[in-house]
Amino acid sequence: MNGEVRNCRGEAPALELPSYRDQSPAVRERLARLRRRPVLLEVEGLGKTFATAQGPVTALRDINFKTRRREFVCVIGPSGCGKSTLIRILAGLESHDSGRVLLDGKAVAGPGPDRGMVFQGYTLFPWLTVKKNVMFGLEMAGRGRLAAEEEAMQWIDLVGLNKFARCYPHQLSGGMKQRVAIARALANQPRILLMDEPFGALDAQTRARMQAYLMEIWANIDITIVFITHDLDEAVFLADRILVLKAHPGEVSELIEVPVAQPRRPEQLLAPEFLATRRHIEKLIHPPAAEPGLNEDQLNMVRMVSVKDEVGSVF
Amino acid sequence: MSGSPWFAVRASLPPRARRVTGMMSFVLPLLLWSLVSYVPWIWHPQVAITDPGSVTYLRPGMQLERAAFAAEVARAQQQRRAPPVGYAANPIYLPAPHEVARAFYTAFTDPPQRRSEKWLHESLWESIQVIFWGFVLSSLIGVPLGILAGTFDFVSRLFEPFVEFFRYLPAPAFGALAVAILGIYQAPKIAIIFIGTFFQQVLVVANTTRKLDPTLLEAAQTLGARNPALLLRVVIPGIVTDLFRDMRVLLGWAWTYLIVAELIGTSSGITWFITQQARYKNFDNVYAAIMMIGIIGLATDLLLAWLGRRIFPWQKTAARG
Repeated sequence: MNGEVRNCRGEAPALELPSYRDQSPAVRERLARLRRRPVLLEVEGLGKTFATAQGPVTALRDINFKTRRREFVCVIGPSGCGKSTLIRILAGLESHDSGRVLLDGKAVAGPGPDRGMVFQGYTLFPWLTVKKNVMFGLEMAGRGRLAAEEEAMQWIDLVGLNKFARCYPHQLSGGMKQRVAIARALANQPRILLMDEPFGALDAQTRARMQAYLMEIWANIDITIVFITHDLDEAVFLADRILVLKAHPGEVSELIEVPVAQPRRPEQLLAPEFLATRRHIEKLIHPPAAEPGLNEDQLNMVRMVSVKDEVGSVF
Repeated sequence: MSGSPWFAVRASLPPRARRVTGMMSFVLPLLLWSLVSYVPWIWHPQVAITDPGSVTYLRPGMQLERAAFAAEVARAQQQRRAPPVGYAANPIYLPAPHEVARAFYTAFTDPPQRRSEKWLHESLWESIQVIFWGFVLSSLIGVPLGILAGTFDFVSRLFEPFVEFFRYLPAPAFGALAVAILGIYQAPKIAIIFIGTFFQQVLVVANTTRKLDPTLLEAAQTLGARNPALLLRVVIPGIVTDLFRDMRVLLGWAWTYLIVAELIGTSSGITWFITQQARYKNFDNVYAAIMMIGIIGLATDLLLAWLGRRIFPWQKTAARG
């Protein structure tokens, strides 16, 4: 599925692509409607500096964006752009030095059940069964055991894991674990779901399936999603809008409206507007090397196989 | 896959080879002991007298150095008197395996030498009680303190530097003090086990607590868990399997303090039995008693390991090897 898309990573694509700013009437109308929705999450002038042995390092500087209700926002950027720091600040797991984060107009202070989080490393409690894992948040919210159990089973049903309700996490595959983690986060009925590269550790097939699951869940329940990824295809495929960050320091490079029609289907991975958006983000994240010789993508390679060798060339 | 399976780096042996090799770890020392005991030309530096002949100071059953025996035989032959007769023997402090095996049984059936003395099973029971109370009292304070120190930096800073210092003080050094304060019977012995276990325990448990995956705590926080619940519902269940393993190791250390502890005040328990039997030169009983400590220790450990597998069903691998 991703293979053909990957092939167009070269400098001179054979395809003539439209601009990523061109939106079909349907997409334009939908995005206009999205902009009229109430603001759910507001990030204003957010900054974060870490003290390191080499002196202070600015991880994030002056981040501003708004997320509206039931929107799907992806955050993408080169490594070291502070995207994980950003989502951890949104979750309240990390402090920030300047600016503020507002959820429904109220400032966020510390972690709380109104912001669910799914981590890359699953983070299921290994000592609890699938059902008890999903019940955890409900019990923390003071729900009675029976009510929590009933509610948990509904969420487990939603992610299609009824048969595994009594299994322990170590008995599940990676994709199943992440489905449990999603069900566990959603069971608290948070206002927003924060996902930190949730499918990064999964193989390509499982990841594609998980993306489809997630889109289906998102379409059917009242949830706003902020999704961190380093996978361009994933970002374009999932997001309404993509927040592109640049590194050193982490700043907003661009907030892109994805011109791909909803609901998304795997065929769209080859649509011209999809490829155009993808190529644009690629340029933002990996700008062409400014100075020759500093291009770290280029290996310093010499021929190490004899010309007379039986297999003298791989081409 | 090349090379022999016996020395493949970090790969487990085939199951049959594993079992056999595990058995060999007991069979080989036993074999070595048997060789030294039963093959007359291996070691056997002494001669046990069966018939003293004309040598007046010898008695049947007495043992003397081979050279001395040879000299006596030579002198008797020179003087044309009856030479002493004997067979090659090991010193009495190395009894043969079958003698120790017999002692395992007779130690329980033979009445004590004196009326006031205790039977072996009574001595053993005394030792087990000392270990039990020393370990339980230490754990009652040490485990909660260790968990708190591993969770909260404040508790760690407040206690750990002192604990770190105190654990270098050898527990037996407090023997005289313990007797002065607690008397001469069981209490000072329990105190020594306590001192020997407690300070290590706090540090070990605190370290185990720190090894808990911090993202589990973060996940719990995003699910709405706050302080007491975080400790009770995440930290404790998260470390309980490792904690259980730590306790097994620490219990082993408690046993090593037992022998010193029992020499304090009035000698008691299995240590009293061992020293008493050594005094009577019943070395087979001494070996049997030492082995009993090993067997009790190993048996408790295996029992706890088995129990651990039963009560922690989420454990991926069995708690063994």
